[in-house]
Amino acid sequence: MYRSHVLVCGGTGCTSSGSAQIIEAFEKELKANDLENEVAVVRTGCHGLCALGPIVLVYPEGSFYSMVKAEDVPEIVSEHLLKGRVVTRLLYDETVQEAEVLPLAETGFYKKQKRVALRNCGVINPENIDEYIAVDGYQALGKVLTEMTPEQVIDTILASGLRGRGGAGFPTGQKWKLARTLVPDADQKYVCCNADEGDPGAFMDRSVLEGDPHVVLEAMAIAGYAIGANQGYIYVRAEYPIAIERLRIAIGQAREYGLLGKDIFGTGFDFDIDLRFGAGAFVCGEETALMTSIEGNRGEPRPRPPFPAVKGLFAKPTVLNNVETYANVPRIILNGPEWFASMGTEKSKGTKVFALGGKIKNTGLVEVPMGTTLREVVEDIGGGIPNGKKFKAAQTGGPSGGCIPAEHFDVPIDYDNLIAIGSMMGSGGLIVMDEDNCMVDIAKFFLEFTVDESCGKCTPCRIGTKRMYEMLEKITKGQATLEDLDKLEELCYYIKANSLCGLGQTAPNPVLSTLRYFRDEYVAHVVDKRCPAGVCKDLLSFSIDKEKCIGCGMCARQCPAGAISKTDYIAPGKKLPAMAIDTAKCVKCGACMSTCKFAAISKK
Amino acid sequence: MKSLEELKALRDKMQGSVTLRNESEASTRVVVGMATCGIASGARPVLTALSNAVAEKKIEDVAVTQTGCIGLCQYEPIVEVFQPGKEKVTYVKMTPEKALEVIDKHIIGGNPITEYTIGAIMKN
Repeated sequence: MYRSHVLVCGGTGCTSSGSAQIIEAFEKELKANDLENEVAVVRTGCHGLCALGPIVLVYPEGSFYSMVKAEDVPEIVSEHLLKGRVVTRLLYDETVQEAEVLPLAETGFYKKQKRVALRNCGVINPENIDEYIAVDGYQALGKVLTEMTPEQVIDTILASGLRGRGGAGFPTGQKWKLARTLVPDADQKYVCCNADEGDPGAFMDRSVLEGDPHVVLEAMAIAGYAIGANQGYIYVRAEYPIAIERLRIAIGQAREYGLLGKDIFGTGFDFDIDLRFGAGAFVCGEETALMTSIEGNRGEPRPRPPFPAVKGLFAKPTVLNNVETYANVPRIILNGPEWFASMGTEKSKGTKVFALGGKIKNTGLVEVPMGTTLREVVEDIGGGIPNGKKFKAAQTGGPSGGCIPAEHFDVPIDYDNLIAIGSMMGSGGLIVMDEDNCMVDIAKFFLEFTVDESCGKCTPCRIGTKRMYEMLEKITKGQATLEDLDKLEELCYYIKANSLCGLGQTAPNPVLSTLRYFRDEYVAHVVDKRCPAGVCKDLLSFSIDKEKCIGCGMCARQCPAGAISKTDYIAPGKKLPAMAIDTAKCVKCGACMSTCKFAAISKK
Repeated sequence: MKSLEELKALRDKMQGSVTLRNESEASTRVVVGMATCGIASGARPVLTALSNAVAEKKIEDVAVTQTGCIGLCQYEPIVEVFQPGKEKVTYVKMTPEKALEVIDKHIIGGNPITEYTIGAIMKN
């Protein structure tokens, strides 16, 4: 029996900042101190506070060490684990207040969070099925198989109000019901898991797979029982090597324990799961393209109907849910639909995981009840915007979503509210932007992404998004007219109405929402030939205030284009002649401006 | 695994191995002095005995932790028991055997063992 547990985060964020070396160092130090039988070292999934990784948690004290380096490990072992003195200098500073150490749950980042889908992430060892079982793992599957009919399972999920967490928000119970009932005489059905998380900046599904892979397996087996399927496929991006490895281990362990395979719990129910890897095409996150890809064909969407519930994978009735959706299912079965429905808003129940990124202090993963406001997520949990800058907008839903401006900062986040304000839930990426972000440039960034990722099957998406991108480029270069703006908007609606799949239908959203809330920025680019945020290079010009310049020449030395030279003018009180920029040679890199210690250089 | 009962048995067996990671504050804290003085006089076997006993007997709501030097080095190993609403009890010159007695009589039974406490020892 171990008296103390050292939990080291093994999520992708902390792994890339060196958590593997930390685990090694702990194992070595514990051995050297003869503590290896008293203290357990556990590699867990993501804790969410990726900005402060690598993260090490020591129980029973619950000490939360952040930004730990391998060199710090001997100190933690000899001070904390051997002598019982917490190493205060390494604690997450939010947990230390006036010499008192606060529990993690009391800190700003965790206080307003409610962890349902992420409940085991960072708590259990994802490579050990026993730890998952210890926290009630596979009990929901057992309950479903021994006490409930498939109809009761579907009714439970329906009553919970769970909606698809992949973005569109279709009621999960409804999906299962259709797959169960629409083709009553189907000889084969399938359960699929969409783990092809492709939105730029989104990583919640990866974290669930890395931190709690068994929850997905268990939920898929429950779905299989509910709709009458005995085969599941997880379609996961090949770019997620840690997630794939842990899924492989989890499937192997579940089969060994008889929790996947034939005659589960002796009930006669068979269910098995296989992995399929995505090669990185964004469109394969669309359900019909995903299934086409599993079949071994080129990942292209097809028209619906027929919907997957009728004709899905291999032309058989299929249920396809997202990773986070599945992560909620076992808890709903065990705690009851009322428990789940007690969280959230009227039409959006439960919680939602967001990947916080962009101009925010606490970059990371957060899970909040539906209906939490953007302000709470950004300011209270995210810790606000660094460097005292002003919040401008938050982008949700990735390339399919839109920007939410400051005026909607207090709108409770749920599926319907986000759509009403021109964005969408999406899979849960939340990118925060401050006054230094140009909204036209942001729209252009997302359009560039969709142009790259359009599969080319339908014309509106293949050619339309390309034309949109060209128009945006024209705007950012200051070559557009107001007429172009109208054309751009018209094209947006055309693409939305005529594209074959969700990728094209939502591709114009970033443009439409920025046009709606930040039209003045577009107009500034078009009419005044000016980029208010100072981002679009073609519209920028750098100049030196000759009254402020002391003539030190630092800027000239930094300039890669040799565009800065001395003038004849010496400002009153200064000793050396002021510098000046030759705008014809200037490449607008901004190196001079960040070098100048006297704030003499400005851009406009 | 062929039945739900087997799964439940495995869960009960494994539960003890993760309860240590509970975020909720345990109401009873058993603290062992683990500074150089404590370790030298044998605090580690005491600590191990305490945490094993708590896990094996499935005592809920009790956290066994360690602390630094309490300042009474000649009385080490020292074990302190903190319970809400009650006065702190300080046991001195502990051994693994005495520690198990403390678990049974004090933590489970609710009666502190006076003769092991610092008050009793200092009188002698």
